[in-house]
Amino acid sequence: MKENIVIIGGGIAGLEAAGQLAALGYKPIIIEKSDHLGGHVAEWHRLFPDMTPARDVVGGLISRASGSNIFLNTEISFVNKLKDSYNIMLSNGISIITRIILVTTGFSVFEAARKEEYGYGVYDQVMTNRDLEHWFNTGKDKRVDNCAMNAVGFVHCVGSRDEKAKNPQCSKVCCITAIKQAIEIKQRFPEAMVYCFYMDLRMFGKKYEDFYINAQRDYGIRFIRGRVSEVSENIDGRVIVKAEDTLSGKPVKVTLDLLVLMAGMVCSQESTKVANMANLPVDSDGFLKSRDNVTAIIESPKEGVFYAGACTGPKTVPETLAEARAAALEVHLYIKSLE
Amino acid sequence: MDFGFKISPSSAINLDKVDLGKFEELHKAEPDVYKCMACGSCSSTCPASRFSGMSVRKVILDLQRGREKEAVALMRNCMLCGKCTMVCPRGINTRHLILSICRIYMEDGK
Ligand SMILES: Cc1cc2nc3c(=O)[nH]c(=O)nc-3n(C[C@H](O)[C@H](O)[C@H](O)COP(=O)(O)OP(=O)(O)OC[C@H]3O[C@@H](n4cnc5c(N)ncnc54)[C@H](O)[C@@H]3O)c2cc1C
Ligand code: SF4
Ligand code: SF4
Ligand code: SF4
Repeated sequence: MKENIVIIGGGIAGLEAAGQLAALGYKPIIIEKSDHLGGHVAEWHRLFPDMTPARDVVGGLISRASGSNIFLNTEISFVNKLKDSYNIMLSNGISIITRIILVTTGFSVFEAARKEEYGYGVYDQVMTNRDLEHWFNTGKDKRVDNCAMNAVGFVHCVGSRDEKAKNPQCSKVCCITAIKQAIEIKQRFPEAMVYCFYMDLRMFGKKYEDFYINAQRDYGIRFIRGRVSEVSENIDGRVIVKAEDTLSGKPVKVTLDLLVLMAGMVCSQESTKVANMANLPVDSDGFLKSRDNVTAIIESPKEGVFYAGACTGPKTVPETLAEARAAALEVHLYIKSLE
Repeated sequence: MDFGFKISPSSAINLDKVDLGKFEELHKAEPDVYKCMACGSCSSTCPASRFSGMSVRKVILDLQRGREKEAVALMRNCMLCGKCTMVCPRGINTRHLILSICRIYMEDGK
């Protein structure tokens, strides 16, 4: 089958779709702007709720997609709409004529420094969920090395559910990521007091509530209902967190050795760039707009352009993979309809 | 000296200063106490709640925030009827928990 299929983004969505399309007999082209495949999941250590090593998941996806034409370190320079196809110009000078584009450009992690009141990049002992995954992977982070780890706090909803940060949406994965990371901290530092500051705990997925009960019963993680309002640093470099304990209706204060900000999933500028080039609409939350949010989340309103994964909104790995498989089938059916 | 006004003591909770020694003891006897998710089912079903404000939820919370006196005062209103145990969605044996709290926190055993 000679039909060209261009997949923009080599994260798990792009890889899974490529693997499925290869199994259907196609040879898709993956365009990835960074120097590696796997997207964000390649940065994570273990995945909730089963603590699956992220490396194994990404490795499996890469090997199944290996029959594709893969361009790393490559971006889209422009997209031209021809009569019944698209001309895609790549940054390496190659141009591709295709009738099918699958957009799998994913999301960005919210820039935590924008919430100045939390002191990321200002106070030494404040890090993000992403930094913590990096430490789990490499064992290298001076914030962890430098402290006694007697008390650790997790701040939920950083840059999510926050109109001031221009992200009113819930990022969906950070409650369960906080539970996962809090458990991992307890496993490494059993004596530490671990606090989660939350507004609601959104344990929507399979086995998430069990994971939460685990965190409570087996690890003694303390959940405090209230959004952290401000963080300051004391003279010995530890951080002081203030919030309201809304369940008792009283202000609460605690000094911590390490504060982890659960930065949310927001739309990526790279996705918006592709949307602008291909004339795709953007939804009110900044993510790419689907033809229909109920029945056609993986279809764009444009002929021959499909979506999969976190480019249309916050998603978990299993949700992303399911969409990628669905998109591969949709592409296959679309090609059949053209014959 | 009378300035014509008083500053009321801060009601803020300072978690650095909370001594959880007794709560740890309670947790050993009642591991499920950690599982409370503050849903309030226990309080809404409690026949003593309407008259006295009795609430297992509040007792568990107060104990973790170092407000032991308040918790013990609330507990004195419990009639040990066991209705709260029947409704707790987290399967906590709240009636048994209350007895353990009495044992650990009420010095006079009453
Ligand atoms: C801290 C954190 C922890 C998480 N942990 C878990 C977990 O344990 N379990 C779980 O189920 N989910 C987890 N998630 C969610 C998970 O990361 C996402 O579901 C997943 O990354 C979505 O994959 P994706 O391929 O859609 O997007 P991405 O991972 O963002 O991949 C997109 C890819 O496209 C590339 N790209 C973007 N724009 C362009 C362009 N214009 N041209 C070329 N290439 C481009 C990017 O470089 C990237 O490689 C976590 C999320 C966060 C923030
Ligand atoms: S998943 Fe939880 S932490 Fe993340 S934005 Fe939603 S409510 Fe906040
Ligand atoms: S056992 Fe006590 S707290 Fe529980 S419902 Fe009866 S009176 Fe209320
Ligand atoms: S019913 Fe159970 S879980 Fe709910 S508040 Fe009472 S003790 Fe906690």
